[in-house]
Order: sequence, then C-alpha cells, then structure tokens
Amino acid sequence: MKLVTAVVKPHKWEEVREALETFGVTGMTVSEVSGYGRQKGHTEVYRGAEYDIALVPKIRIEIVVDDADADDVVGIIAKTAQTGRIGDGKIWVVPVESAIRVRTGDRDEAAL
Amino acid sequence: MDTGDTAWVLASAALVLLMTPGLALFYGGMVRAKSVLNMMMMSFGALALISVLWVLYGYSMAFGNDVGGGLLGDPTEFFGLSSLLGTEGIDKGFAATNLVFTIPSLAFVAFQAVFAIITVALISGAIADRAKFGAWLVFAGVWATIVYFPVAHWVFAFDGAESETGGWIANNLLAIDFAGGTAVHINAGAAGLALAFVLGRRTGWRRDPMRPHNLPLVMIGAGLLWFGWFGFNAGSALSANGQAAEVWVTTMAATGAAALGWLLVEKMRDGHATSLGAASGVVAGLVAITPSGSSVTPLGAIAIGLLAGVFCALAVGLKFTFGFDDSLDVVGVHLVGGLWGTLAVGLFASAASTAGVDGLFYGGGMDQLWRQAVGAFAVLAFSLVMTLLIGFAIQKTMGFRLDEEDEVEGIDGVEHAESAYDFATTGGAGRSLTGGGPLPTTQSNAEARGVNA
Repeated sequence: MKLVTAVVKPHKWEEVREALETFGVTGMTVSEVSGYGRQKGHTEVYRGAEYDIALVPKIRIEIVVDDADADDVVGIIAKTAQTGRIGDGKIWVVPVESAIRVRTGDRDEAAL
Repeated sequence: MDTGDTAWVLASAALVLLMTPGLALFYGGMVRAKSVLNMMMMSFGALALISVLWVLYGYSMAFGNDVGGGLLGDPTEFFGLSSLLGTEGIDKGFAATNLVFTIPSLAFVAFQAVFAIITVALISGAIADRAKFGAWLVFAGVWATIVYFPVAHWVFAFDGAESETGGWIANNLLAIDFAGGTAVHINAGAAGLALAFVLGRRTGWRRDPMRPHNLPLVMIGAGLLWFGWFGFNAGSALSANGQAAEVWVTTMAATGAAALGWLLVEKMRDGHATSLGAASGVVAGLVAITPSGSSVTPLGAIAIGLLAGVFCALAVGLKFTFGFDDSLDVVGVHLVGGLWGTLAVGLFASAASTAGVDGLFYGGGMDQLWRQAVGAFAVLAFSLVMTLLIGFAIQKTMGFRLDEEDEVEGIDGVEHAESAYDFATTGGAGRSLTGGGPLPTTQSNAEARGVNA
C-alpha cells in the first residue's frame, strides 16, 4: 500500500476529486492547509500598510491506495491540478505498513 | 411641545445609540482574532458606564447653568435628572413641562447621552490589544467627567436653551459645529493620540502581521455607523424640519464622495481599491460633514467629503512616519477628518444654507475661518493635555498596559477568559466544568486548569 499526499490549489480541488472518483478512488482525507514553496507569499495592503503574507492557502489530499494504483492516482492528480503557473503544488508517495477499517476490523488491502 | 420634533429626536437618539455597537464591529473586525472581544467590550463598556454617569451628573455638567466663563455647567442643577420630570397628565397626552426648544428636556438628554457614549468609545481604537479592561473603564469615566462633559458644554450648550447661560464656543466664539466635529471627533482623536503615547506600541508592531481578522465585520460596522449617523447629523437639527432634511442630504453627499476619494488614493498609490478603504472613507466623510452639514450646499458637501477621503487616506500613514501605534487610526480618521470638517466650514460655508454664514470661498472673508480654527485647536489642545495627564496617572497607579506575555497570548483570554471563535467540532478539546452534577475528576481538572483553585 502507498500513501499519496497531494497539496494543490484550492480552486483545483473539485476537479481533482471528480477525476479521482471517475478512476475509482472511493475515499480520501482532505484538509485546508497553508504553506509556501518557491512562489513565496503575496502582498496585502491595509490602509496603506503593506504586509508580506508568507502562507498561501492550499488543499491537502491524502489517499491510501494499492501499490498497483499509486502511479495512476499520482498521474491523475498531477494532470488535473496543473495550471502551469507557479504555486501548483506538490505530490509525494510513501509506503504504508498496515491499515485497519475501524467498523469491521478488516486489515490492509481489504480495509481500503 | 411639538410631537413631530419629539418623535424625530427620540428616533435619532436610538439611531445614534446603534452607532456604538456599530463601532464595536468596525473596530472588532480590524484587530486580530485574539483580541476582537476586548475591542468590542471597550465600546460596550463605554455604553454601560456613560449611560449611568450621564444620568447622575454628566448631563448637568454639560447643560447645567454655566459656572463661569462658558467652561462648565453646574453639576448639581440637573443631578439625577429628577428635576426634569413632569408632564401635564394623561388627559393632555403627558406633554412634558420641561422643554428644550420644542422637545421634552428628557428627549434632549437622551439624544446628547448617546453622543457622550460614542465619543468615549471612539478613543479605544488607538489602544487596541493592550489595555487592561478595568483601567479602560476607569479612564472612560474620568475622561468623560473632566474632558467630554466640559467640552460638550463649550460646544453644544446654547444660552437660554437648556439653561440660562451656556458654553464659550457656542455663544462667545460663535464657531459653527453643527453635530460635533470638535466636541466628538477632534476631542476623541486628540485623546486617542495621547493614549497611544501613554500605552506605547503593541508588542511586535511593524514586525508581526497585524492585518484585520474579519473585514465583513468592518463593513457591517461601517454600514451601521453610516445608518446611525443620519440620526447624529440630521437629528442635531432637534426638529423634524427643513434643516434636518438639508443636513440629511449633505451627510449623504459627503459620505459617498469621501469613500470615492479614499478609494482613488488607494488605487493610485497601492494599485487596489480595498474594502477597508471603502469603509474607512465612509467614516472619514461622515466625520468631516458632522460639523459642516448645516452650513454648506450639497455641492459644497461633495467637495468637503472628497477631500476628507483623500486627506484621511494620506493621514493614516503618519503613524508609521512618527512611530506611534494609533492602532485603528483614530487620529488619521477622527482627528484629521474632524479638523478638516471644522475648518471647512470657514471655507465652504454658504449663506444659502440654514446656518446662514458665508465662508472664505463664498465671499465671507476670514471671519468664520478664524472662529473655526480657534474652536478646533482649543478642543485639540485641551483634550491632548488632559488625556496625557489622566492616562499617565492611571498608568502610574493601577497600571493601564497589559503585561507583554499576556498581550502576546491574547487579551481576550487574559482579560475576559473567552475566545471569540470556536470552529472546532471537538469543542476545542475541552469539557464543561459546570452543570450536569459533579464528576469524580472535576476538582482535579479545575485545579489543573488553574480555575477556582
């Protein structure tokens, strides 16, 4: 099993979700997060006072998938989340040792 | 007694009262999420305290018979207001026997009370995030007593209206301040400047981001101020008449123009027209037309408003130049807007309006302008000096400024033991310590949290 974590632009999130559902991903965990990468923050001006806002709002998507599906899921996210402009986000994949479905006690692949 | 006039003044008093909760929202949205409750509580504290002081001796100090030199009303004359009671009975519709012009004295008491309240509340914007709440209440009471009540007497007490003799600005200097450019805005603005010096800068000022945490609150607050201000200005006619209508229109014209003026400056200087700029421009225009609403034409009001928006948008940067943390720009908006509006009477006054005076631009020469300048700077100087004295006295005795550690943690939790927002579905990972019967671990939990230990 693999844990796919993707950080994407908030306005791209709905598109990513639809593409993943079409592919057959049945569930995911989504959080509203803030951070920055190479694009750094942006400037806001309040009553003439300028602020450098370092953190940019993003959506973090976490999905645990079968090893065989990991590349496809990553590919779908990368394709749908891309705008080509700076700040599109990151995707990373890490191995998962075990998983349990809380309701039934099913383990590992059966729990996904 | 005129029932139409009475109805308008009572309705206006209620409109003006709503301005202070409006101010609480306007200010509350501009601070960080950790201090919004304290910011709003400073306005609500002023509402509560000044309501009581006004009944006790405030009205009497402002509108009692002058004790000498036009400086102060007799605090004992109307103490407790009982002497103003009295009606002609149910068969005559409870018509009041004590009148100010054509309205019951108590309607005038009500209308002027809400002016005193908001003037005190306005000052709080200069000391956001860092003033002990108890010290603020003490300040509010002392400041109202020895600064606002006397200054209201100078400006608003006309000979023969509420008492035989009134204040020096209204009756001797003959400066025109229709609804309180001097007594309310210059007064509060100068006091804000003084308190910003007494309390010092917020920890992390110019280093940490201190952007407004909720601009929709600011917009709602500005909207309520805008709405209530029609009672403030048009109600100051103290009559449902042509002057009230005239002032309603000049108020509308100046406010719209000021919002446009502020946005224009922002667009040209910073590249974007902001919602905070629109809200601020609205207030700047309302401030500037407050003294001048009865003395200028509607076109004059547009000019005053537009320039008020431009001047105030430029003035809010002064605190960074001079290094004083007037957190929410009481100086930039109320002092500068109040000075501009008061002086503008001397420039833009037209005898075609109900005040019946020509200013410099209408062939009236310098006569009205110098009267305006003397009134404006007298109030500015008095308020600045007195507020410094009161502020330092409180700082030296009970302490005005919050400890740095408490300030950084957030004044809402420290001073009020509350948080403004709880969006967490887990209830902030806490549990109720009250009600539902004692649990075996309640005592130890309470001790662990330092509650009622």
